[in-house]
Amino acid sequence: MDIVVCVKQVPDTTEVRIDPETNTLIRQGVPSIVNPFDKNAVEAALQLREKYGGKVTILSMGPLQSKEALKECLAMGADEAILLSDRAFGGSDTLATSHALAAGLRKMGKVDIILCGKQAIDGDTAQVGPEIAEHLGITQVTYVSKINTVDEQVIRVEREHEEGYEVIEAQMPVLLTVVKSINEPRYPTVKGTMKANRKEIPVWTVDDVEVDRDALGLKGSPTQVRRIFTPERRVQGEMMQADTAREAATLLVKRLVEIKII
Amino acid sequence: MAVKVNPEECIGCTACVGACPFGAIVMEDGKALITDACTACGACIDVCPVGAIHREVEEKNVSMNKDEFKGVWVYVEQVDGQARNVGYELLNEGRKLADAMGQELAGVLIGDNVDQLTKEVFARGADKIYLVEGKEFSHYSTDAYTITLTDLIHTYKPAVILMGATNDGRDLGPRVAGRVGTGLTADCTNLGIDPATGLVAWTRPAFGGNIMATILCPDHRPQMGTIRPNVFKRSAPDYTRTGEIVKVTSKVKMTDIRTKLLEIIREGVASANLEEAEIIVSGGRGLSKPESFALIEELADVLGGAVGASRAVVDAGWKPALYQVGQTGKTVGPKVYFACGISGAIQHVAGMSSSDIVIAINKDPEAPIFKIANYGIVGDVMEVIPALIDEIKKVKAAG
Repeated sequence: MDIVVCVKQVPDTTEVRIDPETNTLIRQGVPSIVNPFDKNAVEAALQLREKYGGKVTILSMGPLQSKEALKECLAMGADEAILLSDRAFGGSDTLATSHALAAGLRKMGKVDIILCGKQAIDGDTAQVGPEIAEHLGITQVTYVSKINTVDEQVIRVEREHEEGYEVIEAQMPVLLTVVKSINEPRYPTVKGTMKANRKEIPVWTVDDVEVDRDALGLKGSPTQVRRIFTPERRVQGEMMQADTAREAATLLVKRLVEIKII
Repeated sequence: MAVKVNPEECIGCTACVGACPFGAIVMEDGKALITDACTACGACIDVCPVGAIHREVEEKNVSMNKDEFKGVWVYVEQVDGQARNVGYELLNEGRKLADAMGQELAGVLIGDNVDQLTKEVFARGADKIYLVEGKEFSHYSTDAYTITLTDLIHTYKPAVILMGATNDGRDLGPRVAGRVGTGLTADCTNLGIDPATGLVAWTRPAFGGNIMATILCPDHRPQMGTIRPNVFKRSAPDYTRTGEIVKVTSKVKMTDIRTKLLEIIREGVASANLEEAEIIVSGGRGLSKPESFALIEELADVLGGAVGASRAVVDAGWKPALYQVGQTGKTVGPKVYFACGISGAIQHVAGMSSSDIVIAINKDPEAPIFKIANYGIVGDVMEVIPALIDEIKKVKAAG
């Protein structure tokens, strides 16, 4: 089974803070990590390989430093990793990114399953996966929380939904986006890390793939960021001043009665 | 459009380096240099004290005739013939956009036996309804719904489409945008019209809620966006309103649908309650052990509310992911939100900041949750909540 996992290197947004004086993001010291949901996708791919055999390839698009993220995926146990990197890809929105990744996937030839994280934690758009599936004309299932069975024709998965779960049978080849609850990503072993360090990570430029250049980068991005600003803080409210928990609770309930909540 | 630094004018002050949300500006030979990570957001343009940074307009090869696209559409998502609330919230907001643009507002209804919803869709503000019905739509499928919505877009050419950022909406939106070849802004929390261009200004949180970005789709149509549930209010229904129903025949063949829904496993109603609830009581790490969550449930119970959880609690396995409130969980907008033992990380706040009233209970007086709370109690949740439950019961018994 040929499995490709699309991953993104992201700043760890849980470590990002706003500088209160300049109202800008403090990026210094914020580590770059493999998007956490993408790690779940890598783990899902490795488990599929363990069960059904085959090969797991990691694909990413980004600047050359993204190789670090790819190395981590190799250390987890992936067989190969490829980086799409070129100035022509710079400034891509989700649609342009999906065109670049789809071009990379086409170059890889036969792929049975493409796995993506449900969204990246820096943009939280959840769009690139479905857009890749669209460009490749294949089936998609989003928010996958469990992979039940796979054969040559169909895959059976569970999909998270507002009300619970759906059990879905999808025709192969398929693109799945996975949620966190699907698995617990493994840690790279020392041996795995050493092996990963020795592996070549090929870099594909725009000339290495077949793609319409007008569909890439800023030129191929229908959406444009007009303005970036820090969210407004809500006005600070009233603290219940009391010596004991009981007194505080009484005060709060009094307020809730006043504003007709109780 | 690309953003460029004019090296002749750059004085090397590095103001732009810190202002760039994407870390895309580096200093080289004492001058600012914009790297590949640039998204052309323009944050640096505003901070440059000497005006050395400017936007370059790039020619795009877009064949769309934008003037052909008119009207605002709201995709009214339904499950088993029941419309989700977010559809009505968007009709209310879409009405404002349509009025500001001087264009009509249409509801899009796709489903099996959904014509009984048309009355409500008109009552909530639509001038027109595009109705597509058939057995093939009895459950959501990416293929059937994408074919149909794309067909409607190509035939009737709307300028704007609003969709709920639900699991199905976030499945359908990008697939349709990819097929049509247009821009989609995900998970918006605010909408407006950009005064300079007359385009829809889509505002959304990014970087885990740390910053907000306003996004435009200048050259492609329709301008599409998904909007988080519970961010906008519904209008009161006006049942005297009627309008034109455009019935469209489905072009979907059963063989087009490559997925099959085998089973639906419902996880109680708790999670559905969360998005529709007027009162939510959420618990966080401050509860220190999973058994303590019973207190949260009891408080929710006496208040007639639903139970939510922070990411920490879900990650620790105390509660299933369906209960998670926050940037990567659910967005809620109840009348009252109780944050019990939740520190208030920005990722959590992103999922509940549209609540009318926030009540925070936390041991740490410095917890960021108090900055956004209307009412706060500094104290151990294990002591405060039982006292609260007691007091509420007393008031209820007296009333």
